[in-house]
Amino acid sequence: MTDPIAIARDSILAPAGLAESDLDRLLGTLTSASIDAADIYFQYSRLQSWVLEDGILKDGSFSIEQGAGLRAVSGEKTGFAYSDELHFPALAQAAEAARAIARSGQEARVQVGKAPMERRLYDPLNPIESLPDQDKVALLQRVDAEARRQDPRVREVVASLVAVQDTVMVLADDGTLAADVRPLVRMSVSVIAEDNGRREQGASGGGARADLGYFLLEDRALGFAREAVRLALTNLEAVDAPAGSMTVVLGAGWPGVLLHEAVGHGLEGDFNRKGSSAFAGRIGERVAAKGVTVVDDGTLPGRRGSLNMDDEGTPTQNTTLIEDGILRGYMQDKLNARLTGSKPTGNGRRESYAHLPMPRMTNTYMLAGERDPEEIIASVDKGLYAVNFGGGQVDITSGKFVFSASEAYIIEKGQLGRPVKGATLIGNGPDVLTRVSMIGNDLKLDEGVGTCGKEGQSVPVGVGQPTLKIDSLTVGGTSK
Amino acid sequence: MPTATIENTEERLARLQETIDDLLKEAKRQGASAAEASVGSSSGLEVTVRLGEVETVEHTRDNGLGVTVYFGHRKGSASTSDLSPAAVRDAVQAACAIAQHTQEDRCAHLADPDLLATEVPDLDLCHPWAIEVEEAIQLAVACEDAARGFDPRIVNSEGASLSTGFGIHVAGNSNGFMGGYPTTRHSLNCAVIGQEADMMQRDYWWTTARAASDLDSARSVGERAAERTVSRLGGRRLGTCEAPVLFRAEVATGLLRSLVSAINGSSIYRRSSFLLDQVGERIFPDFVRIYEEPHLLRGLASAPYDGDGVATRPKDLVTEGVLQTYVLDAYSGCRLGLPTTGNAGGVRNLRIEMGDKDRQAMLRELGTGLLVTELMGHGVNAVTGDYSRGASGFWVENGEIQYPVEEITIAGNLKKMFAGLVAVGNDCDFPGSTRTGSWLIDRMTIAGE
Repeated sequence: MTDPIAIARDSILAPAGLAESDLDRLLGTLTSASIDAADIYFQYSRLQSWVLEDGILKDGSFSIEQGAGLRAVSGEKTGFAYSDELHFPALAQAAEAARAIARSGQEARVQVGKAPMERRLYDPLNPIESLPDQDKVALLQRVDAEARRQDPRVREVVASLVAVQDTVMVLADDGTLAADVRPLVRMSVSVIAEDNGRREQGASGGGARADLGYFLLEDRALGFAREAVRLALTNLEAVDAPAGSMTVVLGAGWPGVLLHEAVGHGLEGDFNRKGSSAFAGRIGERVAAKGVTVVDDGTLPGRRGSLNMDDEGTPTQNTTLIEDGILRGYMQDKLNARLTGSKPTGNGRRESYAHLPMPRMTNTYMLAGERDPEEIIASVDKGLYAVNFGGGQVDITSGKFVFSASEAYIIEKGQLGRPVKGATLIGNGPDVLTRVSMIGNDLKLDEGVGTCGKEGQSVPVGVGQPTLKIDSLTVGGTSK
Repeated sequence: MPTATIENTEERLARLQETIDDLLKEAKRQGASAAEASVGSSSGLEVTVRLGEVETVEHTRDNGLGVTVYFGHRKGSASTSDLSPAAVRDAVQAACAIAQHTQEDRCAHLADPDLLATEVPDLDLCHPWAIEVEEAIQLAVACEDAARGFDPRIVNSEGASLSTGFGIHVAGNSNGFMGGYPTTRHSLNCAVIGQEADMMQRDYWWTTARAASDLDSARSVGERAAERTVSRLGGRRLGTCEAPVLFRAEVATGLLRSLVSAINGSSIYRRSSFLLDQVGERIFPDFVRIYEEPHLLRGLASAPYDGDGVATRPKDLVTEGVLQTYVLDAYSGCRLGLPTTGNAGGVRNLRIEMGDKDRQAMLRELGTGLLVTELMGHGVNAVTGDYSRGASGFWVENGEIQYPVEEITIAGNLKKMFAGLVAVGNDCDFPGSTRTGSWLIDRMTIAGE
């Protein structure tokens, strides 16, 4: 069975004894004359995880989450209730609670429509069953051995493997009836290296919307082990990071977390409708240097941040946020699109049935320029070259954002110098991209490890960028 | 709040205990030598208003169960949101299937039976609030109104929200432990936006308590949110320099959390802590006492037993500046050859003994330096103690606040920062389970222009 709607019916509706007519009645309950929009989101999610530590596979777990979230929207008001019991009486009770937001008015009958999904950015497979359990264990053991084999200074290795299958189905009063079966796999490797009493950590990993065979291809899993060790050993050599404003060259790929924090969140439709973002009302204005084009693209095959459809049933798309330095558009869900007279962009996402959807990023990245990355480094007299990052954070109202480097090097007279310790970089979203003076020709997306948090909800995302030179950014080190 | 769900607390508690019994029996039936399980059921209401109008009304209802089975020293876990008998059977089966593949780990076992909690003292944690949706909306509106009316520079709002939740959690294991109790938690928060020239700032405030009667008034929460927002307007950057830094109480909690995470047993046995082998060593100046009070009545983090079923107990983590203990659960204790400290799930109601200086006196003690009121990002390296975070706050000269500052970082190393703690204020005025006054650290690097 490969039709997502058939899979969703089979795994969610059938076990709960829910018929098409029940869905019709639920939507009818949710919808009254004063309701502008209503939807029901069904979810059935399975997750399996394994953890290896001290060379032994010591922990594993399996979980199932299922439920439905019911929403009724009237103007800017949203009524929401959810249930982890899927039988009709529980859902009917939730529908009554959700629609109480707009009690007046008469019930309108709604016919459940059908909008078949044809897109196939990933197969509707179950990655948990894509590899026998003993092979998952063996894979983690090989990762552990590979890490320890690299260097005698490697002391601790923790490796984990997670596989998820998330089946969702959306029905809305606008005729939406859509489903998506979303595989997601992720591997993480973290090592501690110790030398002369000094200890440092290195971490690596990756993932995709694919089966677990993804980690076996091209030696990927072992590559994560080697990368984690390389980072830990590099950190053993690191000296204090510099403090102050300086030229910063950001590497390609994961450093694109800069875009996610500095501009991405500020361009989400809810903040702009409410006027709470530093980017509100600035469409058509210059917010970045010429040559800077940033997109949010949910349509990349197999990427961690990609989705066939968002959690409101809208197909994802490639949305241009900034074009040649000019602000072009925001990311929208249905509610914010309707209230601002724009179109949904396939960015309505939610952590689960127990959370309300809101505008969220998918894969956010900057398009490539023309410079050779080596030429970019060679152009810097004194500065920082930062290639690996931990997380970031933004205050969308003031525009201030931070992101923390975990691998960085001093640049002196166009040459890479010693590695420096991790440091937080801080800047102002609306002007940091105006200081981009060189854009590399080496666009790269991250390895598939990003998770974005907003208002307590976490969703998987991707980032990417080519090598970038920023003329001035504040580096939070300790040395002058 | 659906009051019907609160009235049958005893009955629901008994039903969840039956589910635990079923889980443990099923684990035994499927061949496990030992098992532990937990189940929970909660419900709540959250309303959000913005610019005086309702934005969302959310009714929440969550169930969950988790089970861990042991086959000798191999283990497997499973969880589900479904509490039906069929789900119980499936969850145990899934956990047993996992345990087929995990390997022998000598520390994979239940906590020592002698340490398990044998009674569940009433910590006064359950005070249901039978508030209707309309009333909740009015309170949230009153809170936001107080913020919006506080100062003409408050031009916009992210809204105010009121939430109330009730939950019952029950846990048990095959060594005879069984415990369960109901809890409630209610909160009100507000975030508003101020503008001066073309620069906007946002800030917030909140109140949270086990009993609605312990919440701060809606007005005071709104006014505090507005006052904080307005005070940030006109922020400047600073030149890169070294200076003493005063962490206001609500951000000093982050330093306490870093301490707890560094002395957590799993960080210690993984050698991923900057405080390895420091028990018995002086890590703070001698005036510092840091302790936990897990049995505090109505405490937001109070709990009679920990995640292993082990009885919790009050204790010092740091006495006269000297680290007294790691924070251990049964597993990490075994790994380190030490008994558990009853901290599976963390430290409960963490406190630092406060000094005698109020907010003004702490500013005078700071003299000239940086007062930090907000931190951004995750720039704390638990392995090395290296610390570098985005900050905003105020520049202070001769004990007087001069102007707000933003878009700067503060950096140092936690080990040195702890040793360089000059004073702890008595100005603890924020809600939450951790209680501390502001912390004055002798010297940090500030990076700015």
